[in-house]
Amino acid sequence: MNILETIRIGLQGIAANKLRSGLTMLGILIGVAAVIVLMAIGNGASVAVTSSIEALGTNTLTIRPGSLSSSDDAARTQFKDLTVDDAVALVDPVLAANVVSATPVVSAAVTCTYEGSSYATSLTGTWPSYFSASNSQVDAGTPLTSDDVVNSRRSIVLGQTVISALFGDTDPLGRTVTCAGVPFAVVGTIEEKGSSGFLDADDVAVAPLSTVQSSITGYGSLDSILVQASSSETSSAAESEVTAILDQRHGTISEDTRDFQVLNQAALISTIQDTIGIFTVLLGAVAAISLLVGGIGITNIMLVTVTERTREIGIRKAIGARKSAILTQFLIEAMVLSVIGGGIGVLLALLVTRISVAGVTPVVVPASVVGAFVVSVSIGLFFGSYPANRAASLRPIEALRHE
Amino acid sequence: MTPVIDLRGITKTYGGGDTEVQALRGIDLTIERGDYVAIMGASGSGKSTLMNIIGALDVATSGHYSLDGIGIDDLDESALSIVRNRKIGFIFQSFNLIPRTTALSNVELPLVYRGVRRRERRARAVEALTAVGLADRMHHMPNELSGGQQQRVAVARALVAEPSLLLADEPTGNLDSRSTRDVLDLMGALHAQGRTIVMITHEDDVAAASGRIVTLIDGQVSDDRRTHA
Ligand SMILES: Nc1ncnc2c1ncn2[C@@H]1O[C@H](COP(=O)(O)OP(=O)(O)OP(=O)(O)O)[C@@H](O)[C@H]1O
Ligand SMILES: [Mg+2]
Repeated sequence: MNILETIRIGLQGIAANKLRSGLTMLGILIGVAAVIVLMAIGNGASVAVTSSIEALGTNTLTIRPGSLSSSDDAARTQFKDLTVDDAVALVDPVLAANVVSATPVVSAAVTCTYEGSSYATSLTGTWPSYFSASNSQVDAGTPLTSDDVVNSRRSIVLGQTVISALFGDTDPLGRTVTCAGVPFAVVGTIEEKGSSGFLDADDVAVAPLSTVQSSITGYGSLDSILVQASSSETSSAAESEVTAILDQRHGTISEDTRDFQVLNQAALISTIQDTIGIFTVLLGAVAAISLLVGGIGITNIMLVTVTERTREIGIRKAIGARKSAILTQFLIEAMVLSVIGGGIGVLLALLVTRISVAGVTPVVVPASVVGAFVVSVSIGLFFGSYPANRAASLRPIEALRHE
Repeated sequence: MTPVIDLRGITKTYGGGDTEVQALRGIDLTIERGDYVAIMGASGSGKSTLMNIIGALDVATSGHYSLDGIGIDDLDESALSIVRNRKIGFIFQSFNLIPRTTALSNVELPLVYRGVRRRERRARAVEALTAVGLADRMHHMPNELSGGQQQRVAVARALVAEPSLLLADEPTGNLDSRSTRDVLDLMGALHAQGRTIVMITHEDDVAAASGRIVTLIDGQVSDDRRTHA
């Protein structure tokens, strides 16, 4: 009795009851597809959020004035401003070895106009190092220069969202936009970064710090200092270095009275990834349950099949089928159901994950494909083996007497 | 020469306690090679029970049984299945063909379980079906065949593996007189070729075809005689 024969007999068994076999496969199919698709959506969401944060630079720290923890007004009055001097002090090869640059940033909510179109955006006054610190590539024209800053030139570099709102299809380079009543010459445009739904990285307008301070915001506190670390790995080290320097400059006594906050992009990404990871696992768990239900479906069908075919088992035994032959026959039936069901499930999932759902492009996790398939086959084996073993252990005469 | 069947003090008890039934109460029976034996007796006298034990489908409660000189009593299930496959061809009253499977595949099955190669298996199955006069019905499903034809397929399946012993439990019980004739003629021909046949029947004219009639009453042999010398 060779294995090919047994497989053939198993396949005949499946073909003999197509509707029932089909429905059983459907159970496994849906389970496998659900696992892969849901994991892919979770993963896709994580990839999308991560890349939109990465667009801002993973090796940047943002320092903002103010405190999260202290609500004490008396302490608040002693807060020191973030100053350009603070930013300059942060670039220190000895005390801050991992800091590449520190860029002061002020921002103002302004309305910019160009020939009748107007657009409300946030105007950023900063230094040329802003571009590399914020991961912004200038794709046409030039970025700001130190010359622009030193001479308080009225130059501006615009992001794609602002450009399309104000200029439409016209080339913005060399034209003059008026922001908060101040005319600026457009010297460059920033390459599109793409928006991630909650954050439009292209909605930016960048001008020299000196210009913005002198003509719009005045010389108060900076809104933030953008610190560029040498890499995303060193961003935590850079975080402690800048914190130490600023603590010293601002005379911080304890963490509660610290008058600035340091936001670490890399840390933010990992926090968000952790959160999404939890949701992905939850989705996967729900899908895994449906896979389990599919497995129980196989057991059920195999039990029915065995009961219904008890007489057939008796006949086979009466003409000399061994226990192992019967066992393999039914195991193969269960396996084939789950392999085909699982296989189609994988194909279906790969098709479905090409479609974006709610703005998220699913990204298939290869391990989930292998995992779901292996699990579905094991389910076939595991859940098929009980009924198969029951069938194989029947005494021939008992099986033959079965009505 | 060793007899094909040698039964000594075979008993069979079903159930236990209040519902205990003694189906066989000490059967001694020897059947020689080439014999054609009919087993008769009233309903409930234990004929089928005896036949199932002879066919290694069931085990006796006590007693000794050897088939072709092999002691059957202490074989395990796996060894028994080999005995059933090689030594015994069983024909049932209710045909017992495997549904949704062609006549040819049904007849091939004992050879499949014996591990005979596909080509040889096919040739032998075709030969057996031709021998029972069903060469033109090979690819039909059991439900597309008449009762008589189904029983002839069952006969072909029983003899395809060339067993030492052909067992038939009321093979003509579900057949009309014409089909009964066909099946009995087949049995007669097989006997003429030297096969050992044991057949249960209720009908005297069916029994008359055999050479020896064993009658059971209440699980015991009450009469054992040769019909023609
Ligand atoms: N599985 C069983 N469980 C309990 N009792 C049984 C079982 N099979 C048979 N019997 C009993 O054993 C006795 C003999 O039964 P058996 O089937 O051998 O009779 P039989 O001679 O073949 O009858 P028939 O001519 O009606 O087929 C009967 O009393 C029957 O009720
Ligand atoms: Mg009977």
